[in-house]
Amino acid sequence: MTSQSHALRQTIRQALAKRQDGTVTVLSSLLAVEDAIGYIPSEAIEEVADLTHTTVNDVWGVASFYTNFRFTPPGQHILEVCWGPTCHLLGAPAIVKAALDSLGLASEGDTPDGGVTFKYNTCLGACAQAPVMAIDHQLVGRATPQAAREKVSKLQAPKDASGQGRSVGARQ
Amino acid sequence: MTQAYAALKHSAQERERLREAQPRIRVGTALCGLAAGAGEVEEAFRKELQAKGRGAMVSEVGCLGLCYAEPLVDITIPGGPRVFYGNVTPDQVAELVQSHVVNGRPVAQRALAALGGGPALGIPDLHDLPMMKGQVRVALRNAGHIDPTDIDQYIAAGGYAALDKALSEMTPQQVTEQVTASGLRGRGGAAFPTGTKWRFIAGSPGPVKYILCNCEEGDPGAFNDKGILESDPHTLVEGMILAGYATGASNGIIFIRHGHEGPIERSRAALRHAYQAGLLGKNILGSSFSFEAQVSLVGESYVSGEETALMEAVEGKRAMPRYRPPFPAAVGAWGKPSNINNIKTLSYVPEIIAKGGAWFAGIGTERSKGTAILCLSGSIRRPGMMEVPMGMTLRHALEEMAGGVPEGRHLKLLQTGGPLGGVLTADKLDIAMDFDAMARAGAILGSGGIIVADDTTCAVDLTRLLVAFCQYESCGKCFPCRLGTTHMLEILERICRFQAQPGDIDLMRDIGKSMAVGSLCGHGQLGFNPVQSALNSFADEFAAHIQDKRCLAGVCTGEYLTPQRSRR
Ligand SMILES: Cc1cc2nc3c(=O)[nH]c(=O)nc-3n(C[C@H](O)[C@H](O)[C@H](O)COP(=O)(O)O)c2cc1C
Ligand code: SF4
Ligand code: FES
Repeated sequence: MTSQSHALRQTIRQALAKRQDGTVTVLSSLLAVEDAIGYIPSEAIEEVADLTHTTVNDVWGVASFYTNFRFTPPGQHILEVCWGPTCHLLGAPAIVKAALDSLGLASEGDTPDGGVTFKYNTCLGACAQAPVMAIDHQLVGRATPQAAREKVSKLQAPKDASGQGRSVGARQ
Repeated sequence: MTQAYAALKHSAQERERLREAQPRIRVGTALCGLAAGAGEVEEAFRKELQAKGRGAMVSEVGCLGLCYAEPLVDITIPGGPRVFYGNVTPDQVAELVQSHVVNGRPVAQRALAALGGGPALGIPDLHDLPMMKGQVRVALRNAGHIDPTDIDQYIAAGGYAALDKALSEMTPQQVTEQVTASGLRGRGGAAFPTGTKWRFIAGSPGPVKYILCNCEEGDPGAFNDKGILESDPHTLVEGMILAGYATGASNGIIFIRHGHEGPIERSRAALRHAYQAGLLGKNILGSSFSFEAQVSLVGESYVSGEETALMEAVEGKRAMPRYRPPFPAAVGAWGKPSNINNIKTLSYVPEIIAKGGAWFAGIGTERSKGTAILCLSGSIRRPGMMEVPMGMTLRHALEEMAGGVPEGRHLKLLQTGGPLGGVLTADKLDIAMDFDAMARAGAILGSGGIIVADDTTCAVDLTRLLVAFCQYESCGKCFPCRLGTTHMLEILERICRFQAQPGDIDLMRDIGKSMAVGSLCGHGQLGFNPVQSALNSFADEFAAHIQDKRCLAGVCTGEYLTPQRSRR
């Protein structure tokens, strides 16, 4: 085991130990890992299988089902744009396009430098403020293509300038 | 009244009196508020008060439903009216603090509404706002008024009195009888009578039985479940404990999608505080009834909201529906008898027990009792959340209350009841909102989401989007749905690219038929609905795309961006 992998396992074990809700399951364990490090490395699959007395295969089965899980580290920042029907009707396609263009991406994924991950979201839950996007889980309502471009250039600025609003997402 | 409850109530009221002796500022910080910038506004208030050396209680409340006016802040000074300010920006905060908090003069020209003494200041009463007038707030009675993280405020507002009443004066059967008499039907989509459902599980053997509360709320365009969790989680917790008492259940599970931190944190806090107050756990309020509850999170999966898939997810597995029978009331989560209700359904229960089933049955229509909790979004002047009596016309809710579509636009269609519901055309506005009238018109009331689309919308493009959602979210367990949604999406995509092939519409109808008869759960069974209802109402638009290679609304350009196909 490399020391890097060892450190990762330590982090994963800590995340699993301090999860909040009662019943320990494969899914609750995977969510705890995602909250802590933002993705599910193969080390986590093994740790969760051990902890829940299941197999690596079982854990992969669960992890590959839920669309929030990813298996490589996410970008430093996450930009989500809602593609729900309300947001779609009020202009989400233009926002998606502006965001992708300024990130230089063709679709969902990470910028080559690992700076930003772009994701679609089925509904960010603030439909009354549509169109909605989220930057590092902070919601931005009544979004425009212009706002998307500005946020992207802020995210790509050398120093961390992602704003100071409050996160509604799960990353701590 | 139990002694234990009397003591809780007394101390809650005492604390509330102390709070009223100082200026209070409430900031709406539900998802809609935060998306509009409420976090920055709250921060600005805290800073400004500190700079001015003013003590005031700044608290976070949930959603009053006036989402169009977010960020929404209200200020009360001792003895004065409660004044609501809408669309507040951080740069207005200094003036509001100086004038209202320091000088005691509400800023009337900036005020949206007031409670208690508004008209004297030239400010309309909150209940006279078009969006509030006509509402009957049962499940939302406290939303936007109390701090959802403060159990005292819920108790001071009469909270947990119904539980106290049930435990001290009523048998479990009597609780179920009141729910049956209320005519309450499930608000999760299927509109099944709640009292009947409770009787199924009441007959199942214990000792371990589950009450599962469904807050998955995967329907895009619906935010009332999250709205209740963020605004008044104790009304759900109390309803869940009452359901447990009525059915002899031992455990409650609140089921929420991971990622919506506000609703999750507020429900966790509510459970913690209920335990501390002796409202959960062993011998609740000194009675012989015990009930445990916890929050269970699920990853992103729409189908996890289906009741048997939800049980799989609670057990930590892939959220794929189970075969029935056995039914959940006999074999549910972890193999134990389980009852599933939507959060809105359970949130009505405290008021039903407090005021009686007959009171609730007095609201609404013959077969749809009580209220509908609507989420209005899209092309509408006043988007938001409101609770109205069943039987109100769509026209009244959309035009009188929410202000209709913006100037210069025309209503084209309403997308109701989630992506699997149908679309209603503009000529259907006079139907009454209740389960049966909506169904007769070819739509469902479902979870209460109403998405308003105007004449800039292309019906074909919207259908493509809805089917893309159904494809993306198919759990993949059975092939009519897994392949049917994929195939249907391919067809709709080529129609939107003006590359349709002859017979494509008939092909979609065939696929739809197979899905309806061959799918295991509602996702596949109803998956053709969006296409069917669009074909019924907008055949001309389909024809224009297919035959004339053109989009009547000018939306389709032959290109579109869309998420990758489902990996399931
Ligand atoms: C694909 C699918 C998704 C569903 N999603 C939800 C949901 O998010 N929330 C919900 O309460 N019910 C949902 N339901 C309905 C539930 O299966 C169930 O009928 C409901 O939770 C029962 O509660 P009620 O009796 O209080 O309505 C869904 C059903 C299907 C078929
Ligand atoms: S109908 Fe669709 S969502 Fe339902 S079980 Fe089958 S594949 Fe899964
Ligand atoms: S549809 Fe975009 S936030 Fe709900």
